[in-house]
Amino acid sequence: MKFGIGQPVGRLEDRRFVTGRGRFLDDLRIDGALHLAVVRSPVAHARIRSVDVTAAEAVEGVVAVVTAERMDPEGRMHIPCLVPLKNRDGSRRADPPRPVLARDRVRHAGEAVAFVVAESRAAAEAAAEAVAVDWEELPAVVDPARADAAAVTLHEAAPRNVAFDWHFGDEAAVAEAFARAAHVTRLELVNNRVVPCAMEPRACLAHPEEGTGRLVVWVPSQGVWLHRQLLARLLGLPEARIRVRTPDVGGGFGMKIFVYPEYVMVAWAAHTLGRPVRWTAGRGESFLADTHGRGHVTVAELAFDADARMLAYRVRVRADMGAYLSNYAPFIPTLAALKVLTGVYRIPAVSYGVLGVFTNTQPVDAYRGAGRPESIYALERLVDVAARELGLPPEELRRRNMIAPEEMPYRTAAGETYDSGEFVRLMEACMTRADWAGAAARREEARRRGRLRGIGMAYYIEATMGDAEERARVRFLEDGTVEVAVGTQSTGQGHETAYAQILAERLGVPPERVRVVQGDTDVMEEGGGTGGSRSLTAEGTALLEAAARVIEKGRLAAAHHFEAAVDDVVFADGVFRVRGTDREIALLELARLVASWRERPAGLESGLDADAEITLSAYSYPNGCHIAEVEVDPETGTVDLVRYTVVDDFGVVLNPLLVAGQVHGGIAQGVGQALLEHAVFDPDWGQLLTGSFADYALPRADRLPFVDFSYIEIPCRHNPLGVKGCGEAGSIGAPPAVVNAVMDALAPLGIRHLDMPLTPARVRAAVAAAGG
Amino acid sequence: MYAFEYHRPASVAEAVRLLREKPEAKLLAGGHTLIPTLKQRLAQPSDLVDLGGIAELRGIREEGGALVIGAATPHGEVETSDLVRRTIPALAHLAGEIGDPQVRNRGTIGGSIANNDPAADWPAAVLGLGATVRTDRREIAADDFFTGMFETALEADEIVTAVVFPRPRRAAYAKFPNPASRYAMVGVFVAETDGGVRVAVTGAAPCVFRLTALERALAANFAPEAVDGVTVDASELNSDIHASADYRAHLVKVMAKRAIASALG
Ligand SMILES: Cc1cc2nc3c(=O)[nH]c(=O)nc-3n(C[C@H](O)[C@H](O)[C@H](O)COP(=O)(O)OP(=O)(O)OC[C@H]3O[C@@H](n4cnc5c(N)ncnc54)[C@H](O)[C@@H]3O)c2cc1C
Repeated sequence: MKFGIGQPVGRLEDRRFVTGRGRFLDDLRIDGALHLAVVRSPVAHARIRSVDVTAAEAVEGVVAVVTAERMDPEGRMHIPCLVPLKNRDGSRRADPPRPVLARDRVRHAGEAVAFVVAESRAAAEAAAEAVAVDWEELPAVVDPARADAAAVTLHEAAPRNVAFDWHFGDEAAVAEAFARAAHVTRLELVNNRVVPCAMEPRACLAHPEEGTGRLVVWVPSQGVWLHRQLLARLLGLPEARIRVRTPDVGGGFGMKIFVYPEYVMVAWAAHTLGRPVRWTAGRGESFLADTHGRGHVTVAELAFDADARMLAYRVRVRADMGAYLSNYAPFIPTLAALKVLTGVYRIPAVSYGVLGVFTNTQPVDAYRGAGRPESIYALERLVDVAARELGLPPEELRRRNMIAPEEMPYRTAAGETYDSGEFVRLMEACMTRADWAGAAARREEARRRGRLRGIGMAYYIEATMGDAEERARVRFLEDGTVEVAVGTQSTGQGHETAYAQILAERLGVPPERVRVVQGDTDVMEEGGGTGGSRSLTAEGTALLEAAARVIEKGRLAAAHHFEAAVDDVVFADGVFRVRGTDREIALLELARLVASWRERPAGLESGLDADAEITLSAYSYPNGCHIAEVEVDPETGTVDLVRYTVVDDFGVVLNPLLVAGQVHGGIAQGVGQALLEHAVFDPDWGQLLTGSFADYALPRADRLPFVDFSYIEIPCRHNPLGVKGCGEAGSIGAPPAVVNAVMDALAPLGIRHLDMPLTPARVRAAVAAAGG
Repeated sequence: MYAFEYHRPASVAEAVRLLREKPEAKLLAGGHTLIPTLKQRLAQPSDLVDLGGIAELRGIREEGGALVIGAATPHGEVETSDLVRRTIPALAHLAGEIGDPQVRNRGTIGGSIANNDPAADWPAAVLGLGATVRTDRREIAADDFFTGMFETALEADEIVTAVVFPRPRRAAYAKFPNPASRYAMVGVFVAETDGGVRVAVTGAAPCVFRLTALERALAANFAPEAVDGVTVDASELNSDIHASADYRAHLVKVMAKRAIASALG
């Protein structure tokens, strides 16, 4: 089948996107919309002595200037953190309130203190500038490594700036293993804090709905339901009074999952004023007001026996939470990171401790990979360093410790049960494609040109599922369209194509007849949204289920129509046939026919339309090998990524083109983190120094090599499609592969470890210190 | 952005008249620096005088052996000009290293040097070749033009009309881009001209400057090794999150060597 599962079908949505007909939030036109501008703190930590709005109110075109006092006189509007987490002593994590508008204290530069609603954007901005705030500046807490020893605390409810002190594992067993270890490798490393930088900035548009008076809130989300739930809670409205919609979304990377203060402001203003209100972030605002990612300071230790077999793993992380706990923040470095803490290796004992700390910086939350890149980075760096210390090739140390296929399902010391995976096979396949064996000769050739060449690998594993539940609803419309409503949300991945492929194959309908509907709380009552690479595993399963129900109903209807026994009706290639006869009818024709029946038999009241609700039983574990090859210019410190090979196991691959797109993008972001990206703050005052693309370095196409991507399909046993999530994989495997390659290049100089990003300045400083 | 009046004069004279009438007016060339500044509400001009409609400001020609580039000529035109590639290929190379294609199609040489960003590329070529800046009222030698960080010898109502580049015997530009902005973190322009060897450094200090110690060394021996004996004083150089002054000083020497090697072909 040309359009079926496994085919490299071109993206159905691309015609819309590349001809400029995508409809992103800022493209939505609505008459009479007011513009909202936010008054943000220029300082990272301060008491607010007073806020004077007189001059702002006098600006022509201003409708309202709103402070915390006006919006929320009783101080109840707090954006909640939704993750319950227990400290190692059994107490609950700190839960300091996160106000929509700061009242008496600001805790990060860019925090909102007031907002203006005006007839034009220019008037709103002018008035926002005219709001006079009297600040009493306080010292800022900036370095997560020292936040718990800082002289100032951000929140009364969080002594020593500790958000949580969490631990998993058996400390005693780990200590015992370390005591008898033949070798211990220890590494301190930083997982650099990054800014997600979606191409489309965040935005919001809210208006009263004509006729119903409900509040409609448009937001570029990764799932509308969380927004409805929290907006209802904050505005004090029943959920039924709010409809949340999401149009096309230009990139999310986790950052667009969350409910942000601006959305509450826009919704509140539209509700209170009874008029449409809109806000679109400028790029500068995105840097200041989007959640950031990563930001870990880690100490990792791995104990080996005399045969270089891993005995135990101890990891201590200080995780930067920023100034407030964003919706899912505490989950990321703890339970999410834990899932793949031990990677693809047999490690009998673990002890994993995370101290979440508050700093006077933007809140930190999930970013592509969310905890798993942090875990894999620490482990894969550690394995490379250990291999060097043990005098083993890095692939040999990995081979010796990798879980074998015969051991599947394998329960890790971190508590996960991997269902499938052939790690040694993929590693060797990747080494072959990357010509690992020829690297020494290439290194020598580069040396003659004055360049230091290095090769590095990383083996990642991911755990994907997110919300275990998902829904799908298939409707046969009068015009022959098969409409499928889903609970996930594409932010550019190509869900419309993927879902159409599944339905086209299962129902035997032409793909162009399938229309995917997403992003509307009116269309789907509940949904899990998109995050954690879950869409295909969860929604795909729901679609299979919905398709199966359609077919069941179809057999019933065909039996009724042909006056045959249901058991005699078979379905294949989109056609129902009565066994042993020439009577047959195509699915779409049957759907139309049933719709025309005035009286329908039991079970067919809603025609062939079908709903499905599924619950996945377990995670999927995509995994794979990344090999990077770099050349370092020792004179300048520049790192050129010259070759990149990746072999992934994504289980059954639905569409190789879509998967390649995800892998390429993920690798680009991972390379960005490894070589370029870094959210840098003023160490004393907490200002974000990399607040624009002039200072925050994103990877560009011209510095990325061709990516040799291939895959080996080892079906997942935890879902009927056999698929494993692929969305985050690239950004997990790339950082350790690239850093391992650079460290391999620098090894002859005796350089053991450098932290990301490996900027020219950082690499050159290390080379110079090593006498190069 | 604050509100302003927009003008699109057809001649330099008319543009000058507008500038004189409206003391708070600003010239608009490619807008690649000015418009972001306006968007961030960091400037509030009463009027914008767009140079885009003035034909005499655009184009590249030869004049008595020198190369004349009109102030409103975008970088991309310089990059791809056959005339430039034939006469002073180092300029085509430099123009091609600025930003990306969109930037090169909008940004102009006049806007670049009038703005005198410490990390801009054009000032290195103008100073390195000892070019002459032509304005609506006079000619200014490169050595007198760049006076400080974002500062030039231009008067408030003065318009750059062209830059006149004398043809060097050989010249080359080596740029080390800032990893984020891709402006020059350090850029070194070396030229052997009829008047002697000139070396101009951009990106490293608050303002483009000549590295006279290296000029002397190169006058004696125009070869990469000449750099070895020269010290670059880091105390005068910029330090920021991307590069310390010491690293910049080091890069000046590395880029100088590379520029010399490439000038030698
Ligand atoms: C993304 C990006 C990347 C860039 N990368 C680089 C880079 O790598 N290297 C580099 O060197 N530059 C770079 N630039 C700068 C760009 O190439 C332009 O040279 C620069 O922005 C100024 O030129 P403009 O024509 O846009 O001037 P404008 O922004 O229009 O004007 C700048 C200033 O000069 C004044 N002015 C303009 N023309 C004249 C004139 N004829 N006489 C007197 N005053 C005048 C204006 O009034 C204004 O004050 C980059 C810009 C962007 C946006």
